[in-house]
Amino acid sequence: MGNPGSKTEPTPQFESWGRYPKFQSDLVPLHWTADFPLPHAPSTKQLPVGLGRSYGDVCLLENGTLLQTAGMDRLLHFDSATGMLRCEAGVTLQQILDFAVPRGYFLPVTPGTKYVTVGGAIANDIHGKNHHVAGTFGRHVLRFEVVRSDGNRFVCSPVENPEWFAATIGGMGLTGLITWAEIHLRPIVSRKIEYRGEKFHGIDEFFALSQAATSEYTVAWIDCVSTGRNFARGIFMQGDHSETPGPLTRSKEAKLTFPINLPEIALNRFSMAAFNSLYFHKQLGKQKVGPVDYEQFFYPLDAVLHWNRIYGKQGLLQFQNVLPDENGREGMIEILKAITKSGLASFLAVIKFFGDVPSVGMMSFPKPGPMLALDFPIRRDVSFALVDRLASITLEHGGRMYSAKDARMTPQQFQAFYPQWQEFARYIDPGFDSGFWQRVTGRRPLLG
Amino acid sequence: MADPVASAPKRVLALGATSAIAEATLRLLAEQHATFFLVGRNAQKLAAVRDDLLTRGATAVTNFVADLDDTAAHPAMLSHAATALGGIDLAFLAHGVLGDQPAAEKNYAVAEAILHTNFLSAVSLVTWLANYFEAEHRGAIAVISSVAGDRGRKSNYVYGASKGGLNIFLDGVRNRIDRAGVNVLTIKPGFVATPMTVRLPQGPLFAQPARVARYILRAIEKRKDVVYVPPFWGLIMLIVRSIPRRIFKKMNM
Repeated sequence: MGNPGSKTEPTPQFESWGRYPKFQSDLVPLHWTADFPLPHAPSTKQLPVGLGRSYGDVCLLENGTLLQTAGMDRLLHFDSATGMLRCEAGVTLQQILDFAVPRGYFLPVTPGTKYVTVGGAIANDIHGKNHHVAGTFGRHVLRFEVVRSDGNRFVCSPVENPEWFAATIGGMGLTGLITWAEIHLRPIVSRKIEYRGEKFHGIDEFFALSQAATSEYTVAWIDCVSTGRNFARGIFMQGDHSETPGPLTRSKEAKLTFPINLPEIALNRFSMAAFNSLYFHKQLGKQKVGPVDYEQFFYPLDAVLHWNRIYGKQGLLQFQNVLPDENGREGMIEILKAITKSGLASFLAVIKFFGDVPSVGMMSFPKPGPMLALDFPIRRDVSFALVDRLASITLEHGGRMYSAKDARMTPQQFQAFYPQWQEFARYIDPGFDSGFWQRVTGRRPLLG
Repeated sequence: MADPVASAPKRVLALGATSAIAEATLRLLAEQHATFFLVGRNAQKLAAVRDDLLTRGATAVTNFVADLDDTAAHPAMLSHAATALGGIDLAFLAHGVLGDQPAAEKNYAVAEAILHTNFLSAVSLVTWLANYFEAEHRGAIAVISSVAGDRGRKSNYVYGASKGGLNIFLDGVRNRIDRAGVNVLTIKPGFVATPMTVRLPQGPLFAQPARVARYILRAIEKRKDVVYVPPFWGLIMLIVRSIPRRIFKKMNM
């Protein structure tokens, strides 16, 4: 055996969206809700995975068995009067939109990609641009079935097995396999979003715009590269579903695929500064108002499949935190300064205020206050050190980080962010585990 | 009356309805409000497919549990389906097994079982269906065969023979009943990511069932004779068929 550096590891068959860390595991596709438990129980631990759109190791398990749910993609019932959809857990948000939009319905909550499964949306209790009014995805889930590795199956809702309902929403797939779920869609009369974009300079302008905003959807792009006069400049984006009846057609499929892994050098201080400047100035005036298609508003990055290849084979590191309102301003400034100083930030940074709608999940991430999400190319020492520093600042300010976006939290940090973790652990399926859970419970060292 | 050249069938009999390619194709027909008679071995899986098709817009779905290896039961089942649907517009045959080639090389019983499921049971079904449609002077039979039937390869020739035999049989039936206004479509998928192929090493040539289904629906609507899905397999198989035998027999395909 040579030293680890000289050995070329085979590319894993299943990667998370950040492509870091890279773990080998067995893949078992599930096609029917009765396919689990597997007929021959594997000797390893298991973990359900959807499309692998979480960024770190929450959907990975080294030398484990990944249960791929995307083949469980049946729509089981739809009530066109109430918008209640029952579907199998591998159904993607894209498939729901393709089905629901022509029928005048939309997702109650959507993240910035439609390429996630319903099971993954529940397991990570995802949020979207309407968090301040709608809360997390889990709030719109009426019921689901959980199957344990011992074959026990039970239905969970706020009134049936409510403790399992709470543990499974945001439970990172660890409480058992979700086979189907009922979710409540919201009515729309058009694909169009009435959009309003406003430029801001500095965190105080962002806070003021957030306070004044009245729209269902709000989010801001923030420049995490520029310093001085341009520090924390950005574009505050608001949108509402159009109330003017308009097209309810099905979206066309994305045709573009990012073809190659870019070399490490492609993303550097200069190209990123140029990107950020271009984006800021793309909107010419201070304000831009008008209708846009929902694809453009919610899923601009979905137009290019495999955009994570921009970061090359080594992948990217995502960071997402939320700070409590009382420390939000001071903490965010400290974090943004650390990021701009590092020069490591990329182009994709968003900032938003979470609202006070309580999450259903025991381990859900959002809480009231400003949240920041951005990604960094992986440059071993520097980007790891930066994210570790951002985690410390988050902890000092009483915030928390998002497990679905994380590859770096230490057990101490995680356990401080989520003091209820031990109570949650009682609900974990004894046959299940994840790379994330091994790490934050101190059973796997942080990789350098 | 709708344009007969490009209209989707309304009353659909699906044999092997829980196969991944069948299910993906039936979903597209459900969006056009077809009525279905689904045949499969597993009642629970059939129920999930029925729920899905109804949700997507199917007018009605009848499920029928049967093992299609039981050819003696075919005539009664098929006439029941024709009655339940009020007439059949499209019969879609999608059942089949990949089989265990190494085992089939050693044990005739294994080979026979593959040939029975993929070839003989299809012959039995198509025999009844051809006569039914011929008397009706309309309708269509669409059968999922395989590119593997185009040439015998050392790695899967028993499966290939079952599909090759099926192709010849369908050619003959087509030549007989085309003049009665009945379309016979031979569908030759390449690699499709389905439960049947889950043990094969997946590569860039693998297509998703939903994509394959769109090509199949188009071929049904256009009343094609033979279709490779996705279409690039037509070119691949043209090349595979044209490799001289003295070279082909040295190759590891």
